[in-house]
Formats: sequence, C-alpha cells, structure tokens
Amino acid sequence: MSRRALTVQYYALLREQAGRREEALESTAATAAELYAELRQRHAFTLPPELLRVAINSEFADWTSTLREGDTVVFIPPVAGG
Amino acid sequence: MPFRFTRSPIDGERLRRSLADPACGGFAAFEGWVRDHNEGAAVRRLEYEAFEALGVKEGERILAEALARFGVTRIACEHRLGELAVGEIAVWVGASAAHRDEAFRAARYVIDEVKHRLPIWKKEHYLNGDSGWVNCERCAAPDAAEPHARHRHD
Repeated sequence: MSRRALTVQYYALLREQAGRREEALESTAATAAELYAELRQRHAFTLPPELLRVAINSEFADWTSTLREGDTVVFIPPVAGG
Repeated sequence: MPFRFTRSPIDGERLRRSLADPACGGFAAFEGWVRDHNEGAAVRRLEYEAFEALGVKEGERILAEALARFGVTRIACEHRLGELAVGEIAVWVGASAAHRDEAFRAARYVIDEVKHRLPIWKKEHYLNGDSGWVNCERCAAPDAAEPHARHRHD
C-alpha cells in the first residue's frame, strides 16, 4: 500500500477533539472515508461519518474520492450558520 | 455579488446603501440576531467559526443562484465570525429589485441556503457555564439511536 502525504484541517467540535487546527500526516488511506476512519480512531472523534461532509482542496468532495499526494482534507461537522 | 465573513460588527445601514440602485423599486433584508435562549437553555454569548475558503466560494454560489433565479438587481450577504453577544447581528442578507416580490424571495432563498450549505459552526455558551456546538453534541452521543431525529434545521 502506498503512503501519501496529506494535510488535514479541523474545525469546531473536531478541532477541539483533535486538540489542533491542522496536522500533516502520511496515510495509506485511499479515500476520504478511509482517512476519517483512521483519524476517528486516533482522536476518538464522536461524530459518525454519516453526519459529516468532506472537502478536498477547499471544494466539497465525495467520500469515495481517491486521495492524492499533497491533498488538504477537511471533514465538515453538521453546520449551524445564520 | 459579494459574500463575506467579518469579525467586526455588521453594519446593516452600510450594506443597505450598497444595494441602492435607481432601477430598483424595492429592497428586502433579513438580519439574524443572537438570541438569549435555545432549546430551553439560557444563552449568554455565541461563538461562530467557519471554513472560510470554502464558505466564501459556496456563499458566492448561493448569491449567484439567487440572482439568476429571481432576477434581482443587487444582492449581498455578510456573516459574522468570532464572539458575539446577545442582540448582535450574526448574519445579514439583502436584495434590491425592480419589484418587491423578487427581493423578498431572493433574500429568503439566500438565508435558507446559507443555513444549510455554508461550513459555519456555532458554539453556544450558556448562563449555567456549559457550552456546546449546535447540531453536533447531542447527535454525537454514543447512545444516540436516531441521530437524524435530533437534528435541528431551523
């Protein structure tokens, strides 16, 4: 399995639970869904993936999108603007 | 069509003037204010956080949709970030158009889409000292059998 260098940025509840705004990591996760599963375990995130959306390089993306070297990934908790 | 985030108090009067146009016969605006209660808990202050790079892009898409769909002349939206006190403006939406109906409908469309689509999060700080991220805490409880049932979308 190949490893990719990725950046993950955290907001709101995920930021608090991860204890950081951003992390650079190397992962064998092929998709955003696999990456969230890996990070959920590492940081004990309480939010299940069904409640999240995902963005890759500042655009909404599918959970099944293939991650590429250098991607920046953001997991988006349930929103509450307005 | 400007969408922007701001960490300073929102100046509704300045925004209103920016939408003035001699071709317009009507203007409609919506202001979202910080309320002193939510779901039975007394709220002392709020904190808004956003994924700004994506939020601005999506906000501009929403405004472009409203322009195309309702044929308004001008439209604008600002969302506040950071710490807000009760009574402050959290979000401002305004639209000016030849006639009132388009202006009302466009403003309503924008605020509804902003609430559902923009990556913005709200942390409430309660009078009793507790705090929580709206829409995130209870639905994340390990024993939440039906998370969606507890999801508020108003």
